[in-house]
Order: sequence, then C-alpha cells, then structure tokens
Amino acid sequence: MLRLHPYEYHRPRTVNEAIALLAEHAGDAMPIAGGTDLVPNMKHRLFTPGHLVSLRGIEEMRGIGEDEAGFTIGAATSLDHVATDEAIRNALPSLARACSLVSGPQLRRMGTLGGNVCLDTRCTYYNQTLFWRKALGYCLKKDGTACHVVKGGTRCVAAHSADAATALLPLDAELRIAGPEGERTTPIGGFFTSDGVWNRRMSPGELLVSIHVPRQRAGTRHSFQKLRARDSIDFPMLNLAVRVDFEADGVVAGVQMAASAMGSYPRKLGKLDEGVAGAPLTESVVEALAREAFRQCHPLTNIPVDAEWRRAMVPVLVRRAMVEIRA
Amino acid sequence: MHPDELNALQRAAADDPGIAGFPGPDGLRVLGRRNRKPEGLRKNTGAEAYTDDLALPGMLHAKLLRSPHPHAQIVSIDTQHATRIVGVHAVITGEDLPTKYGIIPWTRDEQALAVDKVRYVGDAVACVAAVDEDTANAALEAIEVEYEVLPFYLEPEQALTAEAAAVPIHGPKREGRNGNVTKHVELEFGPVDDLMAAADVVVEGDYYFHGTTHAPIEPHCAIGHVDADGLLTVWSSTQVPHYLQRELARVLGLDVARVRVVQPAVGGAFGGKSEPFDLEFCVALLALRTGRPVKLLYTREELFYSHRGRHPMRMWYRVGASRDGKLKAVDARSLLDGGAYASFGLVTTYYSGQLLTAPYELESYRFDSTRVYTNKPPCGPKRGHGSVQPRFAFEISLDKLAAELGLDPIELRRRNFMGTGRTVNEFRVQSNGFLECLEAVERASGWKEKHRKLPYGRGVGVAGSCYISGTNYPIYPNDMPQAAVQVQVERSGRVSVLHGASEIGQGSDATMAAIAAEELGVPLGYVRVLSADTDIVPVDLGAYSSRETLMVGNACVSACRQVAERVRGSVGSALGIPPERVRLAGGWAFDAEEPTRDDRRLPIAAAFQIAEAEHGTLGAIGHYNTPKEGVHGEYRGGTIGASPAYSFTAHVAEVEVDPETGFVDVKTIWVAHDCGKALNPMLVEAQMEGSAYMGFAEAIFEHQVMKRGNPEGGLHDAPSLLDYRIPTSRDCPEFVSLIVESADPEGPYGAKEAGEGPLHPSLPAIANAIWDAVGVRMDALPFTPDRVWRALRDHSARSA
Repeated sequence: MLRLHPYEYHRPRTVNEAIALLAEHAGDAMPIAGGTDLVPNMKHRLFTPGHLVSLRGIEEMRGIGEDEAGFTIGAATSLDHVATDEAIRNALPSLARACSLVSGPQLRRMGTLGGNVCLDTRCTYYNQTLFWRKALGYCLKKDGTACHVVKGGTRCVAAHSADAATALLPLDAELRIAGPEGERTTPIGGFFTSDGVWNRRMSPGELLVSIHVPRQRAGTRHSFQKLRARDSIDFPMLNLAVRVDFEADGVVAGVQMAASAMGSYPRKLGKLDEGVAGAPLTESVVEALAREAFRQCHPLTNIPVDAEWRRAMVPVLVRRAMVEIRA
Repeated sequence: MHPDELNALQRAAADDPGIAGFPGPDGLRVLGRRNRKPEGLRKNTGAEAYTDDLALPGMLHAKLLRSPHPHAQIVSIDTQHATRIVGVHAVITGEDLPTKYGIIPWTRDEQALAVDKVRYVGDAVACVAAVDEDTANAALEAIEVEYEVLPFYLEPEQALTAEAAAVPIHGPKREGRNGNVTKHVELEFGPVDDLMAAADVVVEGDYYFHGTTHAPIEPHCAIGHVDADGLLTVWSSTQVPHYLQRELARVLGLDVARVRVVQPAVGGAFGGKSEPFDLEFCVALLALRTGRPVKLLYTREELFYSHRGRHPMRMWYRVGASRDGKLKAVDARSLLDGGAYASFGLVTTYYSGQLLTAPYELESYRFDSTRVYTNKPPCGPKRGHGSVQPRFAFEISLDKLAAELGLDPIELRRRNFMGTGRTVNEFRVQSNGFLECLEAVERASGWKEKHRKLPYGRGVGVAGSCYISGTNYPIYPNDMPQAAVQVQVERSGRVSVLHGASEIGQGSDATMAAIAAEELGVPLGYVRVLSADTDIVPVDLGAYSSRETLMVGNACVSACRQVAERVRGSVGSALGIPPERVRLAGGWAFDAEEPTRDDRRLPIAAAFQIAEAEHGTLGAIGHYNTPKEGVHGEYRGGTIGASPAYSFTAHVAEVEVDPETGFVDVKTIWVAHDCGKALNPMLVEAQMEGSAYMGFAEAIFEHQVMKRGNPEGGLHDAPSLLDYRIPTSRDCPEFVSLIVESADPEGPYGAKEAGEGPLHPSLPAIANAIWDAVGVRMDALPFTPDRVWRALRDHSARSA
C-alpha cells in the first residue's frame, strides 16, 4: 500500500480559526474537506504539507441556503447533498446533474462542492506515484522542468477536470473567499487561470467558504454533459455546460457554453450569439453552434485518450445538450 | 456415543436442505445442489484472514527497489547509506539470490533481484527489510544504482530486427540466433495448402489482441519466517504452493523438506499468482538473514509490473471452406509479445495454436507461433491461457465465412461440429455438449428473431470455444500423481479433508467438502477442509489450467470411497446384510432395499464407530493421475494442450452501438457452458458469469499498455485502478448462465472445468454483434469508443 507522509491534523470550528491555522503554518499547510482528491495526491507525493486543516467541523461552511436572490451552498457541503437536494434539482438541474456524475457514491458522500471547484488539475504525467514520476524525470507541474504533453512547452497544461465547477460557469455563480485580509466575492468566470500548476486566483492561505448561485431567470435552460469511460468513478474526458436564454416568444436571447477537461481551466466559448440571437433553436441553429464549439475546442493529450476523438465529441455533446434544453 | 451428540448430527442432517431432500434423478444428495461455500460467511463478514492480515511477533516489513529504465545495464549498486539507517535490518541485491528460476524448467530466465541488467520499468533491483514500511521506503531512497541505459524494444517487431538482436534482452541460447525470441512453434496437420487452394471460399484477416492484466483485488503478499530449528515457512498469496516450495528450495539452496509454503485465503488470482515472484524469495532470504519474520505486500502499482497477464498477440488467419460451409483448412500465424521474461511463455506459444482444434472439425490445420521478448512487464497465463486471443481471431473468421456464404453463423457452427473422437491435432475428446450449448443460447437469446433483423445500432453475435480441464502433464516431468487427498473420519461423525488444491475463490474447498459429504453420508457442516499447506496436506500441483475439480475431485472421490467401503462392510455385518446394500447418506447408514426400517439403519456416527472398532482409525489417501494412453498424438509438442477432458462454451452477445460516439453498450450475454456435471450449479454459474465478465471487460475497457516516446517510453500508461478501467457494476451487461451437462467419463461424476472456458467467446461474440449492429468489423481490440468511432468513420469513408 502507498504510505502517507507524517502530518499534523487540525480541527478548527470556525472559518477564522481555519484561516489563522493556514496563516500560522503558511507554506506548509493545506485545507482538507472530503480529502477524496488530496489524500491520493498526498500518497503520490504531489503534496506533502506538514499541517492539514480540516474543514469538516466548520458548521458555517456546510449546508444549502435559499432566498430570493438564489442559493448559497457551503463549500464543505458534500457533492451527494447537492446532487440530491430537492430545491437544487428543481431550480438548478444542471448543477445537481454535474454533482451526481462526480466519481462514485462513496466519494460523492465525502467529496465537497468547494473541493470540486478547487480541484487540482490533472495530467497523465502528473497523477502518478513518486516512483513513476521519478522514472519519467518529473514534469513542469511538479518537481521538474519539462512538459511531456506539449513537448518543449513552458506552461503547464494539466486538465481542469472538475464537473461541478464547469456547470457553475454558465450559472453565473459567485465564490465567497475568506483570507487573512478578510472576505471577498468573485465571479466564477474570472476565478480560473490558464496556469496548470495553480489554476485558481486564490492564494494558498485563502479558503473558499461558499458558492452563491443566483436565481435563474424564467426562460433560461441549462444542460450539463459529461463524457467518461465508465458509468461511474471516472474523471471527465470532456465536459460541456450549456445555457440558453429564451425570450418570452421562444426565440433565443443568448447562448453560453463552458467546456472543460481540455486545458487548465474551464473554457468559456465565445461568439456563440452571432446569428443565433433572435432565432428559434432549430436543428440548423444547433448545428451551427455545434460547429462553432468544435472550432474553439482543442483537447490535449494530458488525458491518455485519443484527442481527435475527444474533439469530435464536442459537437455531439452540444447536440445532446440542446435536445435536453428543447425538451 | 452420547445420545446428545447423535441427536446433533441427525438434526444437522435434517436441517440441511441438500442432504435431507430426496436424491436427485442422478442419485446424488449433496452434489448438484446450490450449497454454500464453507468459507462464505467468513469472507462476507470480513473475518477471513488473507496473507496481509497475518502479523507475527517482531515482524519486519520489506520493500522492493525497482528499475526506472526499460532496459539498462547495472553498473553498480551502493547500499551502504541504506544499511546505516536506523531501523533497517537488511538490504539484499541480485548477488544475494543469483540462481535463475522460472515456472517452466526449460526457460529459467528470472532472478529475484536483477543481477547484471534490468529489462523493464519495474524490474526489481534491491530489497530492504526494516522495522516498518516508512523506514523501508526511506532506505530504498538511499540506495544508489548506476545504470547504463540500453536501447529498448516495446514492440515484438522491433525486437526481431537485426539491430535489436545485437543488443538482445536475453542472450541467445545458441550462437547466431536472436536472443529476443523466446519460442517458435510450427505444426501442421493435414495438407493445408492443397485444401486451401481447393476451398470454395477463403476468408483472410489480421487480428490484434491488445494485452490485459488480471487485476485481482488482493495484491500479492508474502511473509517469510524461520523457526528455532531453522525451518523456513513462507505464507503467500500464491495459487501454486507446490511449485513455489520447490523453487524456494532451489534458489535458496535449501532442502525441499525444510521449506513449508502455506497459502492463506487468496483475494483473486486469475493466473496472476501461478508462478514464483520476487517477493517470495526476498522475504525468505530476509527472514533467514535477520532471524525475524518479514512481510512484503505489493502496492497496486507493483501488480501492474509483476503482471503475467494476457499476451498482446498479432494474428494472421486464413480459413478455407467448401460452399456448404464445411471447414477445409485453417492457416494461422501469430506473434506473441512476451514482455521481459519467459514465464509460462513456452506453453503459451503452444497453446496459441494447440487449443483451437475443437469443437469444430478441421480437415487440416497449420499454426506458426513466435513469442518475442520486449522491454515490458512479463506476460503469462491469464484465465483462458494462450487461447483467448486465437479464439477471438478464429470466431470472427467464422462469422465472416458465414456472411460470405449467406449462412446463419449458428448453422455454420453446427455444420462443423466435431462431436467426440479425435481433433485434427489428435487430442481425445470423450464428451462434447457444444451443440446443446449452441441451441441453448440460440433459444434463450431469441437469436432467430434478432440476427440481421434488429435496427441499425443494435445487434447480436455468436461465438463458441473449447478449453481444457487441467493439463495432462505436470510442469516438471514426473510420473507421480497430479493430485492427492487425505480423508480422516472422527468418532463424532466429523470428516476432515486434507487436500493440496489452492482455493482462490473458485470453490475447490467447497467442492471437496461436498464430495466428502456425498460419499460418506454426513451433513456438509460436518466436513472440515484444510488445504494448501505443504507440511500437512498431500501434493497438488495448484490452481491453474482449470484442473482442480477434475483432478483433486477424483482424488477426493477415491479417498472417500476407500473409507466408505470399510464402513459399509462393518455396517453390513452389523445389520446382517451384504455390504453392497448399505448406503451412506443423509446422516445415516441404511439398507438401500429397506430404507425406512429402523432396525436396518444406524446413525452415521455409530456406523463410523463400528467400522473404526473393526478396521482401526478411519482414513484414506486417494490420488489421481491423468490417463497417458491414447489421449494425444506422439508428435513433438503433442502433449501440450492435451487434457483428460474438454469443456465447451457458446455465447450470444447483444450490443447497442452509439454510432455518434462509438460507445458499445453490451446489453446481455447469454452463456451456455458444458461443464460435464455441475457439482454445485451456483458455483458453476458464478464461474460462467465471472468469466464472461472478464472477457467483456477485456473487450470493452481494459488495456495494459506502455507509453511510447521519449522520455516516457516504457512507463506503464496507467498503473492504478482509477486509470486501468475494470468495469463497475453499472457497466455490466446482464449475464444469463445456461448450464449444459455432457458427463465426461474422466471427470468426477462426469464433471469438467467451468472456470476459464466460458471467458473465450465473450470477445468475438461482442465483435460479431458490433458487425451485426453497425456493419463494421472490429478485428483489433479493445472496442473503446474512440476506436469504434474511428472504425465507423473509416467505414463510411470507404462506402462513400
């Protein structure tokens, strides 16, 4: 069995206590919620913090609140809780769906929505044991200098692989982040960066406290599509979150799409409204959107699955999303 | 006997649904019923002890240092720093265990720790014993190995080139040969070229099997212990304790009599634990060196390196037939990618040709198989050893032939049914239920309403196969029995069965217990089974080639019947009837002609006591050896693939192919298997389902593959259960098991194997179903969505 390194485990009861612990052990501390991603990563020696700050005992970070503005979901709320919550399923079905497609039942009960938003990027040359990575000569993301996905590349392109985070993008979610300097709120659209080593605009001393999802306007429809090898367990080979806003008369007001499991951040596709706004969502409109999405998506070999096939699945997922949205 | 004891046994007999019921039409009361496994509750409650659950006082933990290079010369190893770490008790390297070993005595090419060179990423180089795993791991980091990197070969075609022969993975056995060739076999039966030329139709194809590993849930684990008298004991998650005992003694230079191998409960093996491994030698030597017990447990990653999984195989097949579909000639050429060591490879190379010759009558047949070393984890035997790949190629060929001739593929197979008798390569087949298998899957699947009739995207496919019930000859040549069983009867009515078979989940303990209960008339709960401890139980060669039920079963029947004969004699005298009228069943010894008369029956324990008083302590050893006369041809290699009895299988698979994505959803697999006689239908069905599952998994999901390129070349693509994808319950088709019984004269009660044969047709049946669904021939595995999508795209480009 792979062994964990020695560490001290802290059990704060409040966000402030947690922030203080992270500050006290700055550079050698990490927060842990469900641990479903962090623990295997520690066994692979991708992270070896001397201090783990557990978020499981912090009440204010758990649960789902609903008011007129929308939903506020504690970052330490389990994915299973979000996936099965009646109100979320009714009001934000694409988010519930995305959460229900993460890994398997046991891990969804441990894994959290905040953990999913902050999920470390993944790569076939990175998510391996220390022995394996050492045999390779390490990589740009951890302990090495070379990228093996893009030979000669100087920027890490490990794949953003979070299902729920992708679904949150077209929902215009906002993230409440606490740190030593106090709290701030940031739209999820501006949260991710293209640096695969650390793809979040958030310092290691900060904590994602909650996720706010505004009430969706009438006439807005969402769909979340995940491409995975098995019908459980697996990380995405491709993710697509789609939002279509309809006018009262049924014509399209706007289209948004976010795709992930390609590069280091969930990619918001552009120029989707052109020639679409004001038209009904017909087959030919869907085909035009599928073509445009295909043009903009370029999966990499950071996942050991045929990248050409993954790219060809982009329009398929667009069509399937639109079938759901038109239903 | 105390009256309470007597009541307890009789109550147990009355409560036992197997034994209390009337005998079935075959006269059997215990066998043929769905009895629970004796270890079932222990396993389901978590009480079972696997090797890693054992802990001995003062036990040390060992770890292996493994090669980061696919092919390299070892220049030097410096262990000084490692040995100085506090808590490290011993560090060993290849020089400490230089004797070469290998499961096949003619191809011993492995050393427990590499001596002069490493041959794949993961080849073991040094081993450390320390007070705990963390200290052992730290010591590994402190060992300095200097390597001189050599060119490496990841494809057999590469290893066959002249340049590769100049720097071979293993030195050639004879001057001038390419050392990278493990084995070449060429055999021809009948005039293949003439009959092929005269055939009305010839189907040709290139096929590819991709390579898969066993992925048992329990990683390999071994504990070495030396007692005060210097006797060595090794507990190991092995499926071949006897061979392990011999090889341990040979490599360590010990008297075999001073080596004991104990096999605790094993959490899955599937062929991946059927030869000695580095860890077993290391814990033994480290225990001898340190005087402390030493345990080594593989990490999940290490399982992918120790491997011994199914060989990747490239296969060229030509099949010629007459207009009415009769097979005239089969011409096969195969290239086996062996990985870095021989393992069972000599046998695999023969099996890749020898096991194809039933259930169909082949008028002529030729195969030419070459196994080649590559710088990858060694391949070996995986469930359906050596014959799953050729069966894939051949059963697709038959499907193409049927399509070309306008025949129903099931009808084509019927027309070529060989029945019993001799195969073209001279194996003796005494029972053959293949036609019943075909009929069973045809009817259950609704084949006639489905084949070529389902809408685009949905299809059905059929395939058949044959497998061995044990190999006719042991791995090291000898004329001694292959299996033996010792049965002891205690005065309480309790029966002990001591046997050497390896219980690896397949049910050998359950089978021996049921045979003893059947033959001696006691309730199942009164049978204790002790297996696989070389100090205590008689020899058996191990759980490989599906030999346990037939061979150990026969030995068990023999032992029990020797005891039963004595009991019947004594009881006959006591009741005043001839011994042949005495029946032992249902907790009683009674007069078969007047079973209800109280004065003509005795509680079984009382019967045993009468017999013990007359004959002395009741016990017997039975043994089994395979028939040697007239069961195979006399040509070179004719013994390899020969078996006392052959099992037969037919599958129909129904699939749904998503033409947009390439995902293949296998809906149902109907499995009909001729196991001779189902001694426990529940266990037979479990083997049928488990086999079909494993074949389906290999077809759709699993792929043991190394990365190409620089610097990642030779690194395992995905050495974890996250990325090496075995299907979850959500991915599985429905399995419908249909048992066929043909009663083989060589099997106990007619029984043949059920553990490996039912795997074979899964892969070609799915391939044939994909063709029926979307018109694309998938001649190369696996059928992952990207590959099916490409095949569909190429197909539509061709048709356009």
